[in-house]
Amino acid sequence: MNQGKVTYKPTDEVDFVIVGSGAAGGVLAKELSSNGFRIVVLEQGPYLTAADFSHNEIDVFIRHQLTNNPKLQPVTFRKTPQDKAKLQPSIMYGRCVGGSSVHFTANFWRFHEIDFVERTKVGEIPGANFVDWPITYNDLERYYTKVEWEVGISGLAGASPFDPPRSKPYPMPPLPVKGSGVVFERAARKLGYHPFPAPMAILSQPRPGRSACINCGFCLGFGCEVGAKSTSLSAMIPVAEATGRCEIRPNCYVHRIETNKNGHATGVIYFDAKRNAHLQKAKAVILCANGAETPRLLLLSASSQFPNGLANSSGVVGKNLMPNSAAIAYGVFDEPLNDYKGFAVSRVFHDFYELDHDKVGFYGGGGLDARFDFTPAGFALSALPPGTPKWGREFKKALHQNFTRTFEIFCHGTSLPVESNSFSLDPDVKDDWGLPALCMTYRDHPNDLKMMEWMKDRAMEVLDAAGAKTKWHAPIEEQQFAVHLLGTCRMGNDPKTSVINTDHRTHDVPNLFLCDGSSLVTSGRGQPTMTIQALAFRAADRITALAKRGEITS
Amino acid sequence: MKTYQPARRDFLLQTSAIVGAAWMSAQWPAVIAAAQHAHAAANAQTPPKFEVLAPEQARQVQAVASQIIPTDDLPGAREAGVVYFIDRALKTFASDSWQTYREGLTHLNQLTAMKYPGISSFADATPEQQETVMTELVAEPPKGESHRRIGPGDSDDFFQTIRVHTVFGFLADPSAGGNREYAGWKVVERDPAHTFSPPFGYYDKDYPGWQASSPETDKK
Repeated sequence: MNQGKVTYKPTDEVDFVIVGSGAAGGVLAKELSSNGFRIVVLEQGPYLTAADFSHNEIDVFIRHQLTNNPKLQPVTFRKTPQDKAKLQPSIMYGRCVGGSSVHFTANFWRFHEIDFVERTKVGEIPGANFVDWPITYNDLERYYTKVEWEVGISGLAGASPFDPPRSKPYPMPPLPVKGSGVVFERAARKLGYHPFPAPMAILSQPRPGRSACINCGFCLGFGCEVGAKSTSLSAMIPVAEATGRCEIRPNCYVHRIETNKNGHATGVIYFDAKRNAHLQKAKAVILCANGAETPRLLLLSASSQFPNGLANSSGVVGKNLMPNSAAIAYGVFDEPLNDYKGFAVSRVFHDFYELDHDKVGFYGGGGLDARFDFTPAGFALSALPPGTPKWGREFKKALHQNFTRTFEIFCHGTSLPVESNSFSLDPDVKDDWGLPALCMTYRDHPNDLKMMEWMKDRAMEVLDAAGAKTKWHAPIEEQQFAVHLLGTCRMGNDPKTSVINTDHRTHDVPNLFLCDGSSLVTSGRGQPTMTIQALAFRAADRITALAKRGEITS
Repeated sequence: MKTYQPARRDFLLQTSAIVGAAWMSAQWPAVIAAAQHAHAAANAQTPPKFEVLAPEQARQVQAVASQIIPTDDLPGAREAGVVYFIDRALKTFASDSWQTYREGLTHLNQLTAMKYPGISSFADATPEQQETVMTELVAEPPKGESHRRIGPGDSDDFFQTIRVHTVFGFLADPSAGGNREYAGWKVVERDPAHTFSPPFGYYDKDYPGWQASSPETDKK
């Protein structure tokens, strides 16, 4: 499998070392190696391929085959900086080549124009550290298009009247509709909304070396065994490796960025699978380690020269964490939907993308989708109506009647940036390698909770209009678990209030770049991966231009 | 009970209908190998020998699992081989839960003996008596902490733990070692096929295809 692929020695000074092979790292590896640069990608997790992926829930959910393992990498949680944090699994991210794109739902919405300029439009919001992006939707449009065509997105252009302008249609038609999609679409239309085929990072038509979706039903949480899910692993890494200039080096846990006396990065230090430490030398370093591990790595790289952590003269590293808000409503229907077949989502509507603050009394917006994303065991443990007995004949009867007849309406929405919501280094807890563990401090802005209450009510109305015979919703409560890790090294023009500039270059270290969920300035409406990848394509162009002008030196 | 045997021919037909012959001819060996691997694992009989549970404990676990998912006209935990799944779990990914099981099973016997003097093992009680004792067990306040993300081993409470293990042993894809002969999937009416084509269910079978909103619904 590895025949003919390039390998570098840690002592080889490559052009770029990229930390993380997920949504952003995969794109940057592909783009920069295609542009002629010599690249090493260091990934903390294993290099699995489609042939390694299975439907084995124990491997995936219990043994953490594809994700961070809370036993090896503990995380502590607290609501406010005044609280003492306690051990609590509070984040999940992909820990394998391809990162979180391997196991994600694959909902793939572009951000809209408003997401980039909302602070100006809405004004100040008390308790929020809300700012505009230094770039606009127009700056990103061509890169959104590039993601859709190169990574492989199914969808129908122009199907939503709320969609932002686009320069090209989707490269392939939407995936087939599911029963949940039909029921949701009819009900939403009855209420005057505009449901449309969900844009998904899953192939509806085959591409070289990749199958179209075979509707196996083991999608969210699982790796795709036929390469239909459009992940960095299936779509970007193979192209990067085929250049002959890019080495993907798995099982490498980077824990420090080295700098020289000029304050420039010289490479990164990592533990290999046997926990031996190495320094990979590089002319420049790009962190794509996700919105939790990228700030952690900067904080772990503190030195006498950079006492608050690398690239942290602003003190903003790790702050303004936005996990997106969410609400879920469930409905049970008379006839079998059999929604366990296929991918998770086939219909969505964006009528609430930008809510009128004066009308609803809070800021924000989002989208609603119809989905089923449970395995049978997951369903039995978490998706039966409240009050259903937990064991015995009635439990079994409910499983029998409901499994094929249930779907969820998932409401995705904004999170406001709040300065105290953050990732920092826990002062006491260490990971299995002896390094300071992540501490997550998080409490939803009250506005976000109000919005989720409101969205949940709309979802319940849709279930009513759909004729659900039973319906209920998950309680709206303060979140303590984050999957979307956004905003923690935000982009901006002012070095005092942001970590990277519009080239993704850190304000403080000229040959250190960051690109992943941490770069986001606002949270969008709940589907960040598309924007992370568009930013990565754009960052690759910017970084290539800087390098070609000789402006990147170690 | 009939064993589900995936027909290779059916698999090929279903798959090629979706992805097209060109892709299949290049890729089918790998796809078939993956599917067959999963199904072979599903059909492999776990040796009827316990690695962790003593015979008496296995009888008790079997009895508890059968109370959680009883057998009626459809298969239950017994037919799905849940006790073998749990024994394997206690040897592997759930070895941390062994203490919880040992204490829980002892406690269950004590509850049984208090309620029904002369019966010293939960497994020896009648199904009706077992149901009464289970009701008492479940009514006890849960022990230890249960985390938000439910997973085996995340709780110190015996009922919570054995319930989660029973559900996984009953309903997880058989490649994980339970759900023998797809017993659990018969109950939830999940077709064990590896690939599917639309229409998937009742509501999408007469769907005319997506059309833009009609003028009267278009309020934008």
